[in-house]
Amino acid sequence: MFHISETAIDTAALARELALARAGACVTFEGWVRDHNESRSVVRLEYQSYASLAQVEGQRILAEACSKFAILGARCVHRVGTLEVGELAVWVGVSAAHRGAAFDACCYIIDEVKKRVPIWKNEHYADGESGWLHP
Amino acid sequence: MTYRVLYFASLRDRAGTDAESVDLQAIDARALYAQLRARHGFTMGDDRLRVAINGEFVGWEHALRDGDEIAFIPPVSGG
Repeated sequence: MFHISETAIDTAALARELALARAGACVTFEGWVRDHNESRSVVRLEYQSYASLAQVEGQRILAEACSKFAILGARCVHRVGTLEVGELAVWVGVSAAHRGAAFDACCYIIDEVKKRVPIWKNEHYADGESGWLHP
Repeated sequence: MTYRVLYFASLRDRAGTDAESVDLQAIDARALYAQLRARHGFTMGDDRLRVAINGEFVGWEHALRDGDEIAFIPPVSGG
């Protein structure tokens, strides 16, 4: 399940959803708001999304991960709104019988989310300027 | 024809709105973007954007129908 969230991500609840008796591995990734980017000092981020399309595309990525890798469960939640340095912006969790598939699937999911899901970050800098990132 | 156009990120800032209804003649999404680019002064060319119609990614040559909701998707930066 993929979700866009306007509130703090409950990682413990997500991890519990992945806990299955058949699972021998759980790999999680946390994306945090960093205090700098390309030598500029960042004070906060503002995430915006095209929520309905982000939901569809995010769900598609999780389905792809489930078909490509021998995993048992996958979850991803991405924040929108204003986030301060240190806050959790995105969480990915994958459970599997064995760790190799869980690592590979977790990596695939975050890479594809960053490439494809319509979410944008606006960096607010210490000097008062800001700018949307369109890599 | 009347279309609903959604804007995000830098396009939203430039257009000064998150969405607008436009009454224009455009054969496809590419032609519509060209007209809206001229109207709002968007600096990004369509080679940097993706397009979604009624909530699904489509190709730029996708024909438009009256009442379509069109979103121009600038390069994304989640994560």
